[in-house]
Amino acid sequence: MQVKHAVIAGLAMLAASAVAVAGPSGGTVSGKVTYEGTPAKMKPIDMSKEPSCAKMYPSPPLAETVVTGAGSSLENVVVYVSAGAPDEPAPSTAATFTQKGCRYIPHLLAFQVNQELKITNEDQTSHNIHPLPKLNREWNKSQPPGTPPISEKYDKAEFIPVKCNVHPWMHGTFAVLKNSHFSVTRDGGAFSLANLPPGKYTITAWHESYGDQSQDVTISGTEAKTVNFVFKAKPY
Amino acid sequence: MLNIKKLCLNVAVALMLPAGLVAQLADQPAAKPSAHLESHVGNLTGHSEAGRPLYYRYCWGCHGARGDGNGENAPYLTPQPRNFVAATFKCRSTPTGTLPLDQDLYNSLVRGFNFTNMPSWAALTAQSRADLVAFIKTFSARWVTEKPGDPIPIPAEPKLTLESLKHGGELYQKLECWKCHGQEGRGDGPSASTLTDSNDQPIRPFNFTTTNRSKCGKTNQDLYRIFMTGVDGTPMPSFADVIKPEDAWDLVHYLRTLQYNNRSPELALWESTKEGREIVNAKHVQNTYTGSGIQP
Repeated sequence: MQVKHAVIAGLAMLAASAVAVAGPSGGTVSGKVTYEGTPAKMKPIDMSKEPSCAKMYPSPPLAETVVTGAGSSLENVVVYVSAGAPDEPAPSTAATFTQKGCRYIPHLLAFQVNQELKITNEDQTSHNIHPLPKLNREWNKSQPPGTPPISEKYDKAEFIPVKCNVHPWMHGTFAVLKNSHFSVTRDGGAFSLANLPPGKYTITAWHESYGDQSQDVTISGTEAKTVNFVFKAKPY
Repeated sequence: MLNIKKLCLNVAVALMLPAGLVAQLADQPAAKPSAHLESHVGNLTGHSEAGRPLYYRYCWGCHGARGDGNGENAPYLTPQPRNFVAATFKCRSTPTGTLPLDQDLYNSLVRGFNFTNMPSWAALTAQSRADLVAFIKTFSARWVTEKPGDPIPIPAEPKLTLESLKHGGELYQKLECWKCHGQEGRGDGPSASTLTDSNDQPIRPFNFTTTNRSKCGKTNQDLYRIFMTGVDGTPMPSFADVIKPEDAWDLVHYLRTLQYNNRSPELALWESTKEGREIVNAKHVQNTYTGSGIQP
């Protein structure tokens, strides 16, 4: 009888943890990504060789290697759980990467290992999509205007630079991650990782020219923790 | 009591399933390259053990002792020697991003690579080449974890017509081949000077006017194959998903008319028209030693 009780107690604990995983009430890690120092001044992109794109802008758009916002905030930083969370199977929704005005939207696209990646071309010109992975397979596909979206996926976690050889100013990044706990900073530099079950995590922030930083954080219950990242900006 | 027990059991079972899945994902050991591999080329079977001494006699000076393309001569070469660890190959019959067939690698050995330091190895025996193909596959774990792609089918070449040539010319504009290869196919398009390969080294688009021998072969089938597969590791993308086979053949026919020093049936047909003859004649530059014949 005692054994039976113990088994039941153990199962009850498992059930409790199951609720914590499934429920929306897990812990949250949020914060802001900022920079200190002087970031490089972004140059306007010369699209004169591609008039169909150049005419989409009243004034030439700036390069997006470093995008800053009000209050020294830093955009296009992917903040993710690099350790402590189990690998997750890919969601059924596709991550969408759009070529518009001879730029990549978004500039940095984060998605999961084996998740479908859909690439579309909304321009009146041909692009070639040429991601340059080191761990995954390297492919290079042409996408003339009006052709259907390209569907691909990556089976290893990696940060992959993406370029278009026809339009040398086009640069982007695929952040292929192992779990769903990630957030990409937009205007304001804020990020939020929700639904983290109790545990010890390593939170990493990655920026394409400033590298990465990590901080450890322990979540108990449904608490909300604040983690801020400050990158050292380089003036060149 | 019983109900609770049942419920708990159900929850436990439900938990175990995803947990098992996750463990499987996390515990996958990194694949290692295989030490012993075979290659199959026609009736030949190549063995990596037999290929090893050949590699360390003929190949490693450029491709490196570890097959990573960092051999003693590599710093002096452009384009750089292939990195067999990355296993990204230019000349394939398989779709972009997939491994080539043994036959593709074998053909590359026979042919060599025009405009590079990779010579033809036709002087070796067929068996030696097959052995070398087997050996270079031992450098990358991709040959263990992946299978070569399915070859891109090449339908029979349609009859050459003037419409085919003209339509090919339209496609050359529409698919924006000229952005890199130039309006006259001289490899001097507006993006040409900015191109780099996957090693970040400058690379030039193919100049159709110099020769009919491109890196991956010289027949019409080879040309067709090149733009269907793309040339992996270079800026040349694959057009397999965006071009119909009959259109691709039209483009092949048109490309031959750009090779104005190569007497091909396509060029002959093109020159039989007034428009074509004028275009081809305009490309011939006389007295080039001093440039005296060049009209401004």
